[in-house]
Amino acid sequence: MATDNKPAVSIKDMIKKDRILNSGHRMCAGCAAPVVIKLMGMALRGPTIVCNNTGCLEVATTIYPYTAWNLPWIHVAFENAAAVASGIIEATKVMHAKGHFEHEHVDVIALGGDGASFDIGFGAISGAMERGHDMVYMCYDNGAYQNTGIQRSGATFMGQETTTSWAGSVIPGKLERKKPIAEIIAAHKIPYVATVEPSNYRDFITKFRKALEVEGPAFIHAFSPCPRGWRSATGESISLSKLAVETGLHPLYEVINGEEWIMSSASKNLKELKPVDEYFKTQGQFKHLFKPEWADFRKRIQEQVDHDWELLKKRCGVE
Amino acid sequence: MSEKYNEIPMAGNIIEPGNSLKYKTGGWRAERPIHTDETCLWVKNGTCGRCWIFCPDNAVVLTEKDGKHAYAYNLEYCKGCGICANECPTQSIHMESESK
Repeated sequence: MATDNKPAVSIKDMIKKDRILNSGHRMCAGCAAPVVIKLMGMALRGPTIVCNNTGCLEVATTIYPYTAWNLPWIHVAFENAAAVASGIIEATKVMHAKGHFEHEHVDVIALGGDGASFDIGFGAISGAMERGHDMVYMCYDNGAYQNTGIQRSGATFMGQETTTSWAGSVIPGKLERKKPIAEIIAAHKIPYVATVEPSNYRDFITKFRKALEVEGPAFIHAFSPCPRGWRSATGESISLSKLAVETGLHPLYEVINGEEWIMSSASKNLKELKPVDEYFKTQGQFKHLFKPEWADFRKRIQEQVDHDWELLKKRCGVE
Repeated sequence: MSEKYNEIPMAGNIIEPGNSLKYKTGGWRAERPIHTDETCLWVKNGTCGRCWIFCPDNAVVLTEKDGKHAYAYNLEYCKGCGICANECPTQSIHMESESK
């Protein structure tokens, strides 16, 4: 398995690294989640166990009698990957002490979609972060419960249409704002929190490796476009992810010990945000926002995004 | 899957890692990627590789032998999403309908 100790960030190193997720998985064409997992694999440093919450990734990569995973992998329920990971960490320690397990340290990674992380499993994550287990929790955020039929979640953007926030004559999609999950987890004062997305892949791999290396819990919020739910072209997934950074909808930053905020990669180099309309235009789930009656609502979204961006810049000490 | 009930591992466990390779997803494809070597940066000097990095199905096969870089697709798994064509900085890849 992935025993090479350096993270692979150049293409020549990447193609030599063992893949952790095989072909033949049944994620939709154009889904960015397998790319997120591939990049995660580039950052691994040794024996690793993956715990997966229920979600697209869990369902579509392990359809019986097949599994796409080349790593030890466990799924228990929708909400408890963080709790399962806590158990595994403690169990491997005890088993090693008793001589039943060869490795002194195993990297334990918990994975969840946005539904499992923002809503259903939030308590389990919060608990695991508070108890301080040495794990990495990664949330791949595709903006809704895509697996069960595109229902709204805490990660759904304002104005986004889902099957439980239909846009019509009464409401323009979801009315509430997106839960700032990375900020909430950072408020637990854990050693490392970072936001990533696949198109800035070097930044992704470096941050994931940092998350593995810190002592104590780390949280990664990865943006992961979903062509099926977003009504976008399958080939555009990675460029949409890039656009989300450029429009300020998914800024890239790190938070160390809940105190030191650092703007990173593409977000740091951004002179000014692109208008969110550019992002909305690319997807069917936002097309209702361009009707004249929702022009004011669209303006409100832009103001909200600008406000959040200014606040983040202030926190990170960026002019 | 054609095992008898007593040949299935206990509790339905999957004991072979990564055995999804037996499940070919190439049949999902409506468009196939066509690649031209002339402008490809990987073939030219072994850089770039964006198509490989962003392919969700590991369907791009990049190989290096004696300083020569070769490019191929594994069409048994390619779902035809078109990410490679969209991400290619030199437009060396385009998508073509499978019905042609």
